[in-house]
Formats: sequence, C-alpha cells, structure tokens
Amino acid sequence: MERSRAFCEAAGVKKSLFDQGFLDEQFRQLEELQDDLSPNFVEEVVNSFFRDSARLMVSVEQTLENVPHNLTRLDELIYQLKGSCSSIGAVRVRNECSRFREYYSQRNAQGCLASFRRIKSEHAALRQKLEAYFQVASRRAGPIRSVGRSVGAHGLSPLAPPRLFIWQIFFY
Amino acid sequence: MAIAAEAKFHVLAVDDSVIDRKLIERLLRNSSYQVTTVDSGSKALEFLGLHDERDEIEVNMVITDYCMPGMTGYDLLKKIKETSPLKDIPVVIMSSENVPSRISRCLEEGAEEFFLKPMQLSDVERLAPHMMKGKPTEEPPPPAPVAGGAQHPQSSCSDSPAIAVATAHSHGSSGNKRKAASDGVPPESSLSPERTRPRFTVTA
Repeated sequence: MERSRAFCEAAGVKKSLFDQGFLDEQFRQLEELQDDLSPNFVEEVVNSFFRDSARLMVSVEQTLENVPHNLTRLDELIYQLKGSCSSIGAVRVRNECSRFREYYSQRNAQGCLASFRRIKSEHAALRQKLEAYFQVASRRAGPIRSVGRSVGAHGLSPLAPPRLFIWQIFFY
Repeated sequence: MAIAAEAKFHVLAVDDSVIDRKLIERLLRNSSYQVTTVDSGSKALEFLGLHDERDEIEVNMVITDYCMPGMTGYDLLKKIKETSPLKDIPVVIMSSENVPSRISRCLEEGAEEFFLKPMQLSDVERLAPHMMKGKPTEEPPPPAPVAGGAQHPQSSCSDSPAIAVATAHSHGSSGNKRKAASDGVPPESSLSPERTRPRFTVTA
C-alpha cells in the first residue's frame, strides 16, 4: 500500500515536471535507457548534470568577476551548459541558455547578465523539483537518496563571494 | 536490433561532456555494442594508436562530438582518415548545432553520418550498416559497400533514411555478420517519423 502510494506520488511529481515545462521528451528517452542492469541510470545522469552545471556556473561567476566581462568565454561556458541541458531534457534552463547566447550575439552585456540570473534561478528550481522527484521515486524501492549530498563535494570555489552563490544552499 | 552475439562491435566514443559520454555509452551498450569512452580527440588517437590491427582490441567505429576544446571532432576525423592503419575505421560525428556547412565539411572528409545531439536509440540503429565497413573479417570482401555512402555520395545515399536502409538491405548478402547487421536495422525504426530534426548520411 505504502509503495503504491509512493508510486502514484512519484508519477504525479514527474507529470508536473513535464506539465510545467521543466522537462521535455529527452528525459523520457533517459528513462527508456534505464533497465535492471542500470537501475539508477537516470538519477546518475541527473546527478552528473548538476555536478557539471554547478562547475560551469562557478566558472561563469569567476569570469564575471573580471571587468570588462569576457563575453566570449561566457558564451563558451553557456554553450556547454546548454548542451548538457539538452541531454537530460532540462528545457527551461536550456531555453534560457539560448536567450543568453542571443544576447551574446548582440554583444548585449546587460542582457547576458540578466539572462544568467534567470539561468541560475531556473537551474535552482529544476534542482529542487528533481530532488523531490527522486526522493519520492526512491521510496518505491529503496532508501532515500539526496541529489544534494552527491553534488556538494564537487568543484565549488571556497573563495567566491557569498552573494553570488545562491545555489550553495542546495549543495552543502 | 542487436548485432549477433559473437560479433560484438567495439565503438570508441569521444565527447568532452561527461553527461553526453554517459548517454552515448548507455545508448551503445543497450544496443549490444562494446564501448570505450574518452574525453578528447588526442586521447582517442592515443587509444587508436595503442589498439591497431596488430593488437587484440579493435575499434569498429569512432563516434565523436564535433565541438571539443583543442582537437575538434573534425580534426579527429581528418587525422583518422589520413592515418594508414586507421583510415578504414568508420567515423560518425555528433553535434548540438545544425550548421549545414559543418555537416558538409564532415561528410566530405569521410564521416559516415552526422547526428544532431542528443542522440536517440533510433540514431544508434542507423550505425549498424556502417559498423561492418572497418571490420576485418576472414570472409571474402563484400561485392559492394553496405550503404554506398563512401563511394557514391551523390546517388545511393541521400538525407532520406529510407534510401540508406534500402541500400543496406540490398547489399546484405555476403556473410552472416553482414546479414545480421542489415537485418538488425528495421526500416520503420530508422524512418523515425516522429523525428523533426534532420538527419544526414552524405552531403546531398
């Protein structure tokens, strides 16, 4: 009874992720690749995504500390982030990355900065949602795992100004 | 869909993105390929140099991301095609950007296919006909190329998946492994009607 309730709850959380536009069809493709031999494939890929994207955003923040801003370097980093978003179906973050690149192509530094703030916000929202999903999903079959614990140890600069690192709240 | 068990093809996947390496590895393993992943073109060449025909481990296909720091996928493709023991290994390019000039350049340089990322299972199914090209066998050489792409870029291969599959089937006669490969590519899955992004086999 408990497991079937958890199953329904997980399905509901996942449905809302799709309905609210956080995820697209690519996430379902990942699920299709999961099987008995790789039962945690989706969560592993998502964990990799958040580790990697956190690293990229730290690099963006570090690049932003230098004025004038190296927009080319920023665009390279956001290009990588966009690619990772596409690979897991993180469509809202990906779309914001596309907007960043449009501002970059117009050499609109203010637009880039505003867009990056939205990227961080969407990224944090997605992380919260997916963490909730995997917690509920894991109740179907095993102990609760936290996306946050697996991300915390990886590649975050200890010297970064606190005001910029909103997502450290999730990572430590 | 899986290739015959005794002929486990080995694919070398090259991508600087850890997520994409995980994804391509899973896609290929799900299709019963043996997979080695590396994160750069230089490491790919190192791996290929260590495992040529004289060695036990052979590589039947290289699948590489286009945009990588240092050596791009295009640079890697060129290097493979101009290096004698490696030039017959089929190379497939992946890219997250749909840039026609980039695609043409890669196909002209000898890439078998050019896929838009993220790769799908239906894309992996299209690798099967190319997998035989670089595989040394004890059987007599095939009478004609499997997909015709390398030798008849204008005529027998186009960006239409149906034609590529038909060609694979029509040449699937010269050995068990080739037949298994062509039989393993069901036309309906290669057509991928729900797919809206373009697929390219050889430059039109």
